[in-house]
Amino acid sequence: MYDFAYHKASSAADAASKAKGKSDAKFMAGGQTLIPTLKQRLAKPSDVIDLGGASDLKGISAAGGAVTIGAMATHAAVAGSADAKKAIPALAALAEGIGDPQVRNRGTIGGSVANNDPAADYPAAVLGLGATVHTDQRQIAADAFFVSVFETALKPGEVITKVSFPVPQKAAYMKFPSPASRYAMIGVFVAKTAQGARVAVTGAGNGVIRMKSMEAALDKNWSPAALDGVKVPAGTCNGDIHGTPEYRAHLITVMAKRAVAAAG
Amino acid sequence: MPQVSLTVNGRPVKVEVEGRTLLVQVLREKLGLTGTHVGCDTSQCGACVVHVDGKSAKACTLLAAQLEGASVTTIEGVAGADGKMHPMQEAFRDNHGLQCGFCTPGMVMSAIDLAKTNPDASEHEIREWLEGNICRCTGYHNIVKSIQAGSAAMRAAK
Repeated sequence: MYDFAYHKASSAADAASKAKGKSDAKFMAGGQTLIPTLKQRLAKPSDVIDLGGASDLKGISAAGGAVTIGAMATHAAVAGSADAKKAIPALAALAEGIGDPQVRNRGTIGGSVANNDPAADYPAAVLGLGATVHTDQRQIAADAFFVSVFETALKPGEVITKVSFPVPQKAAYMKFPSPASRYAMIGVFVAKTAQGARVAVTGAGNGVIRMKSMEAALDKNWSPAALDGVKVPAGTCNGDIHGTPEYRAHLITVMAKRAVAAAG
Repeated sequence: MPQVSLTVNGRPVKVEVEGRTLLVQVLREKLGLTGTHVGCDTSQCGACVVHVDGKSAKACTLLAAQLEGASVTTIEGVAGADGKMHPMQEAFRDNHGLQCGFCTPGMVMSAIDLAKTNPDASEHEIREWLEGNICRCTGYHNIVKSIQAGSAAMRAAK
């Protein structure tokens, strides 16, 4: 690991002010991706600003038809939250399936969403539920937030404060984990909302994407069978040593059907 | 160099660290607590699992600087003051829950956290919980038996 200057922020505003004027500052939430990245010397920030002490970024609440999760809420906290489990059980279940128990005790929703790993789980829920990402400067709709591999609409120095998820009528997330890394080969989040069906896929390509062909089919008929005729073009997906684009495209339909079945 | 004050196994310690110093480096290299192992160094194997403020975490994936004021428990800190082994340690010995022993400290620390959060975990729940603890010797069978026995002993001791 290259060395860096370490700073502890006491709030989102404090973090933003500490990042000002630094040549290459990086915010650290739970550190469960950032620290391994630093260890492999894939990043060389001048400064690491730790959000762990920012008390205004914690907390989970359900009110007004939405579940709002503070950016520093850990995956374990979301998985165990009575409010989240009651309002959007699919979201709590997704959190329960991230990494392993130790990673879930430290990793956070804000970190996962800001990092936008193309195989991460949370982006599928954020996009699949049409959530809103709140920052210290503005609110960003999920459809405008995820840009490309490890790239989001966040500007340098912008801090995610919370994510609010509208409560759907039904939802479920199904993933097919890589047998080695346990990251999603393909993960599909489906939601039936008052505005229509939403289907978000992680692991396929350069970040989470919506599968509009499936949404249209589910709008007509919310059932696994409705997706039988919906073929995903292989060009939608990346290929690597774990699977070809054709394999991943096939998996999208399989996992989407399982998710719809699980949502009921 | 910044200083970090934390509590390790009930003892207050103050150590000098760089920003990049990992908790596991402090434990092993500065405090001589070599029971916490480094296996993969990529947050996957779980040989470095310790408890931070009562919850299991991977000491290879935490910066020491993050832990100002925190309370850390390592495998050296779970036995009683009289030297009597923790019920989970006893269970691993009684059930032959190890072969080479390299993963064992992390297994035991992870298992104690499970027994606290889910005191009567099923075999399936135990196997799921061990997602982040890799053993290359045992095939996990006796580890699961050990955790079942250790959890039962912890329940009985309450």
